[in-house]
Amino acid sequence: MRKSSVFFIYLAVNLALLLLLSIHALIAVKDSGAGLSVKSDLVKRLGLADLCLFSEARYARHLSLSDFNTPFQDHPMSLEHFPSGSMVGPPDHLKRKAVR
Amino acid sequence: MIELTDIKKVFNAGRPNEFTAVEEVSLSLDSGKVTVLKGPSGSGKTTLLGIIGCMARPTSGRIHLTGPLMQGMAFAPKGAPAEVTSLPERFLTEIRRRAFGFIFQQFNLIRGITVLENVMLPAYPMGDDFKSLRERATRILKDFNLSGKLSSRIEWLSGGEAQRVAISRALINDPAVIIADEPTAHLDTKLSAEFMDIVKRLKGEGKTVIIASHDPIVFDSPIIDRVVEMRDGRISGEHIRS
Amino acid sequence: MGRLDKQRNIIDFTLSSLMRRKARNIALMLVYTLVVFVLASVMFFAQAIKKEASIILKDSPEIIVQRLVAGRQALVPEDYIEGIGKIRGVQSVAGRYWGYYFDPVAGANFTLMVTDNGPAIGKIRVGKGVLRSIRASEGDILPLKNYVGEWIVFRIDGSLSSESELVSSDLIMISENDFRKVFDMPKGHYTDLVLDVRNSRERAVIAQKIKDIYPDTRPIIRDEILRTYDSIFNWRSGILLVIMSAALLAFIIFAWDKASGLSAEEKKEIGILKAIGWETSDIIFMKFWEGAVISLSSFMAGIILAYYHVFFASSSLFEPVLKGWSVLYPDFRLTPFIDGAQVTTLFFLTVLPYTVATIVPSWRAATVDPDSVMR
Repeated sequence: MRKSSVFFIYLAVNLALLLLLSIHALIAVKDSGAGLSVKSDLVKRLGLADLCLFSEARYARHLSLSDFNTPFQDHPMSLEHFPSGSMVGPPDHLKRKAVR
Repeated sequence: MIELTDIKKVFNAGRPNEFTAVEEVSLSLDSGKVTVLKGPSGSGKTTLLGIIGCMARPTSGRIHLTGPLMQGMAFAPKGAPAEVTSLPERFLTEIRRRAFGFIFQQFNLIRGITVLENVMLPAYPMGDDFKSLRERATRILKDFNLSGKLSSRIEWLSGGEAQRVAISRALINDPAVIIADEPTAHLDTKLSAEFMDIVKRLKGEGKTVIIASHDPIVFDSPIIDRVVEMRDGRISGEHIRS
Repeated sequence: MGRLDKQRNIIDFTLSSLMRRKARNIALMLVYTLVVFVLASVMFFAQAIKKEASIILKDSPEIIVQRLVAGRQALVPEDYIEGIGKIRGVQSVAGRYWGYYFDPVAGANFTLMVTDNGPAIGKIRVGKGVLRSIRASEGDILPLKNYVGEWIVFRIDGSLSSESELVSSDLIMISENDFRKVFDMPKGHYTDLVLDVRNSRERAVIAQKIKDIYPDTRPIIRDEILRTYDSIFNWRSGILLVIMSAALLAFIIFAWDKASGLSAEEKKEIGILKAIGWETSDIIFMKFWEGAVISLSSFMAGIILAYYHVFFASSSLFEPVLKGWSVLYPDFRLTPFIDGAQVTTLFFLTVLPYTVATIVPSWRAATVDPDSVMR
């Protein structure tokens, strides 16, 4: 078989896969309603404010509730010592200048 | 038929190393004949070959092509000579592809790819049907006894085989004119003689052959119809064999 | 058709040419694909989490009021409730009990919460992550160590759904009395307060008023909660910056290798091609395909693998990184919220520079005179 044919087949297969994945994404998003509302219902019922992604440190577990001092409550010289701190920075509302 | 009128080629014009390779060359080359450009190195043979084969434009002068050479060229009026020096590059390349086949002194085959692909390469940009192109190339290589070497890499060929591949490549577009630049420079006597046999065969097929050489095996060969002597960029003499 | 055939022929030669250095080019493609894979995985994951957070947290409390003493989060006295309740626009104020519990046996942090309609005394309801950390199931017991070092045994009489793990994985629902038994929560104090306001547009104003009345409080409004997760996994955050820089460096190295010009052999080859009848444009096309074959192939493979990785394999390769030191990690399947613009940007970032870096240095060589090989 011609080399260019092999390449075109490779491209075609990939494009087909990409198309399939796009369709998958569309369908999955459409069907996500139920799953999402389970979570949002729980959020509403329990008054939750954060996703449970990083349970190792308080200020990462409840990211939106943390303030600049919270990391230092864990450790006085708290240069970042939790791995999650290297992934999530302080929330935006802390970085804005406070309105006096 | 190829008609050259007052061809001049200057390199590096206007600069301190300005150099006139070819000057006042007028030549008529008949179809179906074998012509040799004879002369020492630096005589302008190679440059002239390039100009004849539409590979390079002359600094001044005219080139007219007529006859079967121009068959199939959309812009050539039937029968009338076409002047090519003023054509845009695209047309010139088209003429060169269809009408001329080149055999280089160093063969200049592309390493790392197969014999078959090397022979097919000149025709790639022409968008010909791949299958028929491959058949054509296979057929030509068969004629040169290279059927067993189709998938071989160039690096694995002997001198003689490489020479035949180079010739096959020159023939892929079935050109009317074959141009060879010092074809026997790197060949021994036996292979040089084989080369001349091939030239004889090509002549028998009606092709025009132009060779630049200072090898006696070439210009003393009985196949040659005409020897044009060159010196310092000019034609210094001519012998016509009947 | 002639033009298409011509391109096909050129691609044939380009592929033959690339295969001359098979090992090198395959290695290049693998690394290229890997870089795209990592970038795209990060991109898909971050975008999906952000979108999901924005949807799920839509109904988070309108205002949460914390209290800070000496820079530390402190308990809120109950008379704050009355004072805040008097602010115009506040519909309801309620105190909450919740806190963190570190389980030494499992080595995991849990969040204990008291809510209305919570479990009965002696019973707890836990998130699935808790069950995994303590290797238990519903009906088993979980002893919690309280503030004086006593162990209090609780029975797990329910669990929060697996579907909700992203928000509930580490939760332990407990009754108020039991909360006080575990933690030394003084009477008349709460962990924080939650507010409902009449008009959502007044949130910021009300928050300011709260601060005016009680300067030691820190109100957080729903908009801020939502925006927290808008900027999660931003390119500026530590580890992501490292990943992005590494990827960028990789691409620069790829492109550099190409952009540093052609070798003498490559130039000679172009000369030969021109001599046998290839035009300048044909050479340029060939160089284009040389770059495009590698970058296109790698890009598509990388994206497909990344999609599979994030949305079918739950970003398993990222888990060790995301988990960090946590023992507990939620088990969740992300919904494929994809931002097409991001994919397009990644495409232009990966495919374009490499392809350009392959073409541009060849421009000069491609314009060489056809007779140059003869001289």
